[in-house]
Amino acid sequence: MQPAERGSAKNVGQGMKKEARKALWAFGVEIVVYSALVVVYFLLVLRFIAGELQNLEQRHIVLYALVAIALIVGQAVLLEIITTALLRRLRGRSE
Amino acid sequence: MDFPISGAHISPIYLVLVGFLIGVLGGFFGVGGSFIAGPALRIVGLDWNFAVGTDLAHIVGKSVVAVRRHRALGNVDLKLGCIMAFGTIGGAEVGAQLIQMFKRAGNVNFIVSIVSVVIYVFISAFMFWEAQATLRQRPRNSARSKKDHSAFRHIADTMHRLRLPPMISLPVSGVKAVSLWIILVVAFVGGLFSGFLGGGAGYIRMPSMVYILGIPTHLAVGTDLFEIIISASYGTFSHAIKGNVDILIALVMHTGAAIGAQIGAIATQYFAGPKIRLAFVPLPLIGAIIVIYTLMTGHKV
Repeated sequence: MQPAERGSAKNVGQGMKKEARKALWAFGVEIVVYSALVVVYFLLVLRFIAGELQNLEQRHIVLYALVAIALIVGQAVLLEIITTALLRRLRGRSE
Repeated sequence: MDFPISGAHISPIYLVLVGFLIGVLGGFFGVGGSFIAGPALRIVGLDWNFAVGTDLAHIVGKSVVAVRRHRALGNVDLKLGCIMAFGTIGGAEVGAQLIQMFKRAGNVNFIVSIVSVVIYVFISAFMFWEAQATLRQRPRNSARSKKDHSAFRHIADTMHRLRLPPMISLPVSGVKAVSLWIILVVAFVGGLFSGFLGGGAGYIRMPSMVYILGIPTHLAVGTDLFEIIISASYGTFSHAIKGNVDILIALVMHTGAAIGAQIGAIATQYFAGPKIRLAFVPLPLIGAIIVIYTLMTGHKV
């Protein structure tokens, strides 16, 4: 390998390391923000609906089954929007 | 944290971490992760019937996230996924009925444990053997290529030559013609394991799609996840009306899975098909070890 080529390869390697560091930092921040949101969600939402869901499961099992699917799909879409927005925002700031 | 529906007391942090791990695996391998989730719920004292039903509910949510990501990457064959959903639903119902039968007989925990260990070990051994054979066969100049290869390509070719009408084409997956019945049988077997052992049974459907139907691994991963949304929703409903779903546990697990699934889906872009399959090998074995441990220690840590 020629010295010029070696230098170019070194620059590419350093660039990749820098990118990886940025991605790791963004990911770390996202985990912290996301964890805070999840704790709030546990305290405010899950504790509040636990009793209602138990009643529904004991009295109207078919309705409980439908509500269970709606809840998990609804949560999935909501969390997907939140995580995507977080990733986009944090990556945008790190660049 | 108390979960009144199942009467379980489980740490939410434990559930979030298990969900995160399963999310990464699901996004990367296109599997529901039930070989980890089922044993992980079982080890904290949940009965198998609740572990199976609750895991299915959690998988619905996790798969929604992963499919949106895979669809953006062009990894989903919608036509194949919709066809497979029919076979999977039939199989899932048969599997759920078997669970009910063993639940009534009072030996559901023992039977499901033994069957799951056998299946997990078999899947790991087969995928290790196949991925190694494929990596050995690949030409040297394609060592860094992401193009899909399989040492068992001849099985898929034989299946494609079987003329059992109606024949259908799958242009997105690069399959010119394959019998509808072969797709439905593959899906039914996957559904049967899904209903019986829980989860989406991606550990059996994803390899079957690659080896029997000849679908490229990246597409098999995304399409499997899409199909899991439909079949796991049906499985969740079926198990919920039988009293086997604690949706609160599923919701807590899913908060971890949501972020893990995105990371896993992005990671597939950096690996070739046989390497994805080789990396998959230890995972069912981990599930098997956890199940053996729960059997030997009285089912709870």
